[in-house]
Amino acid sequence: MTVGASERLRRRIGDNLQAYAFLAAGLVCFGLFSWYPLVKGIILSFQQDNFVTPPYWVGLDNYRALFADPLFGTAWLNTLEFTALALLFGYAVPFAVALVVNEFRHAKGFFRVAVYLPVMLPPIVSVLLWKYFYDPGSGLFNAVLSALHLPTSEWTQSPKMAMVSLVLVSTWANMGGATIMYLAGLAGIPSELYEAAELDGASVWQRVRHVTIPQLRFIMLVLLLLQIVATMQVFIEPFQLTGTTNPDTITVMVLIYRYAFTVNNDFGLAAAMSVLLFIVLGAFSAVYLRLTRKAD
Amino acid sequence: MSSSTRSLISDAHLRRGRNRLVYRVVLGALAVAFTLLFIFPLYWMFSGALKSPQELVQPVPTLLPTEWHWSTFADAWERLQVGHFLLNTAYYAFFGWLIQLLVDVAAAYALSKLRPVFGKVVLGAMLASLMLPAAALLVPSYLTVVDVPIVGVNLLNSPWALWLPGAANAFNVYVLKRFFDQIPDDLLEAASIDGAGRLRMLWSVILPLSLPVLAVISIFAIIGSWKDFLWPLLVLQDPQQQTISVALSRLSFTGQVPQNELYAALAMASLPMIVVFMIFQRRILNGLSAGAIKG
Repeated sequence: MTVGASERLRRRIGDNLQAYAFLAAGLVCFGLFSWYPLVKGIILSFQQDNFVTPPYWVGLDNYRALFADPLFGTAWLNTLEFTALALLFGYAVPFAVALVVNEFRHAKGFFRVAVYLPVMLPPIVSVLLWKYFYDPGSGLFNAVLSALHLPTSEWTQSPKMAMVSLVLVSTWANMGGATIMYLAGLAGIPSELYEAAELDGASVWQRVRHVTIPQLRFIMLVLLLLQIVATMQVFIEPFQLTGTTNPDTITVMVLIYRYAFTVNNDFGLAAAMSVLLFIVLGAFSAVYLRLTRKAD
Repeated sequence: MSSSTRSLISDAHLRRGRNRLVYRVVLGALAVAFTLLFIFPLYWMFSGALKSPQELVQPVPTLLPTEWHWSTFADAWERLQVGHFLLNTAYYAFFGWLIQLLVDVAAAYALSKLRPVFGKVVLGAMLASLMLPAAALLVPSYLTVVDVPIVGVNLLNSPWALWLPGAANAFNVYVLKRFFDQIPDDLLEAASIDGAGRLRMLWSVILPLSLPVLAVISIFAIIGSWKDFLWPLLVLQDPQQQTISVALSRLSFTGQVPQNELYAALAMASLPMIVVFMIFQRRILNGLSAGAIKG
């Protein structure tokens, strides 16, 4: 080896050491709190672990116990119901709102700020505020409904309305983000497309169908995936408004919380449930990441 | 208005006779609807704090408080320790932001400009964590925090239980790396010829050029930690260590707190974020919009 080559090698090693010195803190944080928990979660799902006795292997027992638990199916069905309702309100409404607001020549700033205001609130504030609105006795909603001579509701306390009530708070608290993103997307649609469509005699509705929606296809798809992933992890609304034991509204996350942190610290069972949730959401996340990275 | 920025409906069409009226009506109706939907609930929260508990349980709610009990805010501050919990939250948010920024900027800098061997693998592994829904890692992360591997410490009830996992933010690393990638290497080489070391290059070349992206990341980091609920609920079980959100949840479950005091506490918990929004409105909304367009 020549002197020059060994000098170069030494410099390369030095450069790499320096680079890894900058990376070290990140590697530690990701290693301990992202990569390690992933592996640990999978291992845990095949173990019995309750903090009292040291963990031991139980094979597929946790998964069997899950499928045997009547709450398991209930939690998944409730979560799907929440997600479906949340998409119905939370997906269509922001799009429609953005479409209309984008046509305004005045006060656009007001609309943008107002719709995003709830997103800034801590979620617990939104949820507790709506808890008062929903109060069957002294709440605002029933007061308004009865003033208008409309039928009142028990809201979160009624088996039929409980889930809808949770979706309404959640939509109120979160729709601002999607609305702002749609508005940004709408502002980026080239004027010529609308002009050409209008010259061709396309009505407003036809312009929405053949210009606006195709132009926003990408962002609509991204927001759809993001919303599915976010709403399937719903927690604070059922946790705070209807409780962790209510079969009408128990969701996957609430059940995981219940297994691990309330009843008997069954971390293995909770981990098994998490692995299943991970598989379902991971598929959506993977599609989302592929889409967005391809766009770069 | 020029027609070069037209939208779905053209200006000319809107100016025509009846359309002008329709436009006014729709604009007005939506403005009223937005005020009722998004501003009025906040008014309700603040005015609820001023009412007496008796007034709040009347079957027909009052639009304006019959008597204005300003002292409720002071009562809530004292009795519910709102001040203490707000201070906790601010303390967690501030250092959480600082640590997150230090760790993620250093990592992004190394991956973007120093490009060590296996750098791509490391970046890939970090980005892969974006695919992990936070919920799926909840239980194992909790167990990790209770007994951190290798060092074997228990971080429960310690602020580090929020700060360290918060620093593992793949989204930040990704955004910062992409931004650093656009800074020409020539600038760094020029600095290197002047004798600048790696740290100096980061500090005096990269960071001054990155202020806009750092600002957006910072604002979202602060908002994120202020809004965080489930993770602090799990790792801060000691009531004295809790964030305002977790404390409010606990207080509401006791059922012992008078409604007006809870309204006051909710209002005080929201106020810092409302102020942040009023100041940084443009940056927040544009940051979000930029994300939407970039995808």
